[in-house]
Order: sequence, then structure tokens, then C-alpha cells
Amino acid sequence: MADALALDKPRAPRRPAARRSNFELYSWLFMRISGLALVVLVLGHLFIMNILDGGVHRLNFAFVAGRWASPFWQFWDLSMLWLAELHGGNGLRTIIDDYARKDSTRFWLKMLLYVSMAVILVLGTLVIFTFDPNISAS
Amino acid sequence: MTAVAENPVHDTSQIPAPEGSLTITVKIQRFNPELDDEPHWESYDVPALPTDRVLNLLMNIKNYVDGTLSFRRSCAHGICGSDAMQINGINRLACKVLVKDLLAKKGKQTTITVAPIKGLPTMKDLYVDMEPFFEAYRAVKPYLIAYGNEPTRERTQSAADRERFDDTTKCILCACCTSSCPVYWADGSYFGPAAIVNAHRFIFDSRDEGAEERLDILNDAEGVWRCRTTFNCTDACPRGIQVTKAIQEVKRALLFKRI
Repeated sequence: MADALALDKPRAPRRPAARRSNFELYSWLFMRISGLALVVLVLGHLFIMNILDGGVHRLNFAFVAGRWASPFWQFWDLSMLWLAELHGGNGLRTIIDDYARKDSTRFWLKMLLYVSMAVILVLGTLVIFTFDPNISAS
Repeated sequence: MTAVAENPVHDTSQIPAPEGSLTITVKIQRFNPELDDEPHWESYDVPALPTDRVLNLLMNIKNYVDGTLSFRRSCAHGICGSDAMQINGINRLACKVLVKDLLAKKGKQTTITVAPIKGLPTMKDLYVDMEPFFEAYRAVKPYLIAYGNEPTRERTQSAADRERFDDTTKCILCACCTSSCPVYWADGSYFGPAAIVNAHRFIFDSRDEGAEERLDILNDAEGVWRCRTTFNCTDACPRGIQVTKAIQEVKRALLFKRI
């Protein structure tokens, strides 16, 4: 140890020049606004699904089909999907930035995150818009 | 040192024990980069008066027991900000913490643990490399920026304008706040509370014209938006600066484009 003294310097100066982008500002603001909206959307959703008129026991295909016949509930579920996915995804992005130690780990974790976000958003949106209440049970 | 037993008993009999002193255990995190692979703890049973400061105990250990104990201290009166360390798990200046505030319940042995501040590379014992901290400090341009002709007289300012940034002028750059910040521990490229406090001191100074430059720097990915308002910095500050509030004021200035 004594002959090869290599002090770990994880914080050696390597600060890039400011990028003059407002991305972090807007994502910070988005977290506040979407958080407030999600309190209403998610608690409302849980109340309707679990407590109102017999709760989960009345949930079936017909119930969902009836709800999604109305543009109001389509919009509710769509905004809940997008806000929750972007809110959670942005939170995970921050956590990955904090805790990934290597740039390559950071890159691949973020890629995994972004791909999973894209898949869930596309799939969810597709289901809400192309839902067919008359689907055959084959 | 490493050749001897895990917890060598230190001979502390040479330390003068004034009347009314009691024996307390000081547990110090030691690290000698030339001998040790990892930091380890060593305990010293030392006489202490309740009115002693933790710095007195460290000085006694250095002077009478082990001269290799390394730590920074300069003025020893809470002004220079050299002796920031983790005392009983909390970032404090060793010269501002009194033994009587750390005493255990009656009949129990008092143990005071002392470790280096976290988030900065430990060079030896309680002594850390402060360069990353000062690099972040310099990056926010902590000096007066003014354009146009130099005034022939001093730059005047109303009492109310001075009051606006009074709190953040108190910073002594001890790094207690920055090294208590969990975001800084995890991500060393974050500017850290101290740099933002010192940017705040100039951003809200009516005589300064560099607010926009500094706000641009702090608007970046590693700037104020990384702050998660855990208030560790405000708790740690030995000068009582409302650090988290200062960071929020910088966020607000960015959000509403108004100082």
C-alpha cells in the first residue's frame, strides 16, 4: 500500500460548461404540478374502484367497457397513465443519476428506463383508444 | 501501528487532569494512507472538563498521546471554519461543541465519536481534500461583477438592499453543509449547498450585475434543481444560515425570472 499511494479522487474537477438549457427547471416544475394532479387522479381512481358501490366486487369487463364509453373517463385514465409514468420515470432518472457509479451503468440503466417508459406509454395509450367493447371471447 | 492489536490501549496518563474533570472516551476514525487500506476506529480515554470544547480533547490527544493524529484547526473560535468534522454523527465545528452538551446520562460512560466530514476524499485521519468543495465554490463566480465605468466613490446601497442577502454573507466555507448533503454524497458534481449560498450572496446584491451569469450556471443539470430540500445543510450550518431557504430563493429567481 505504501509504495503505490493512489488516493481515490471521485470529485476531481471535471465540470462542463453550463448548457443553457431549461430542461431541469421544467422537469422540476413538472414534478410539482403532476404530483398535485396525481393526488386527485389516483385517489379518485382508488375511491371509485375500491370503495364506491361494492368496490372491487363489481369490477368486470362490462364495468370497464361502460367507463371507457365516456370520453371523460378515457381522458382521466389517459392523463393518469401519462402523468404517473412521466413522474415516476423522472424520479427514477434522478435516482439513477445519483447512485450509478460508472457512466456506462448510468447510460444502460437510463436506456432500460426510457424503453420501459415508452413501451408502457404506447401500450396503455393504444388500449385506451382502441378498446373494443364488442370483442369476442374466443 | 497496524502491526499491533486491533484496539491498542492508549496511555493517556500524561494529559493534565484539572480538578472537576471526568474521564470520557473519544472514539476517532483514524486513517493513515501510507499504512492503512481502510479507515478504522481508535478509542482514547481522556480527562475532560464539561466546559472543554471537543477541539481541546483532540489537541490533548495530539499533544500528549499520539502526535500523528491529523486534523485542521486554525483560529479555534468558530470563525475560520477549518475544523469541520462529524461529531457524534453530526457535522459540527470541533471548536464550537462543548463537552457538557455531549455528556451521557448519569452513571453512564460518555463516548464522543469523531469522524471526518463525508463526501470529500479523506487524506489522513480527520483531514479531507477540500479542493472539490472549493472548485464548486469558484465555479459560481463568488466575487463582485459590475460593468460600465468604475464609480469614483464607493458603491452605495440602502439598508433594505443589504438586508436582502445578509444571511448568506455569514458563510465561513467550513463545508459542514455541503458534506452533510445526501445528494452531494451520491453525486459529487452537484454544486452543493455552500456554493449556492455564496452565489446567493451576490445574486441578490443590488450592486452586482452578474446575477444572470450565476443563475445560468445554477440552472444547469448539476445546479439547484438537484436539491431535494432535506434540510441537512440548514441543520449543519454552524453560522445558523438558512441554507435551504437560500437555495429555494435561487430556484424561485430562476422560475419567475426575477430577483
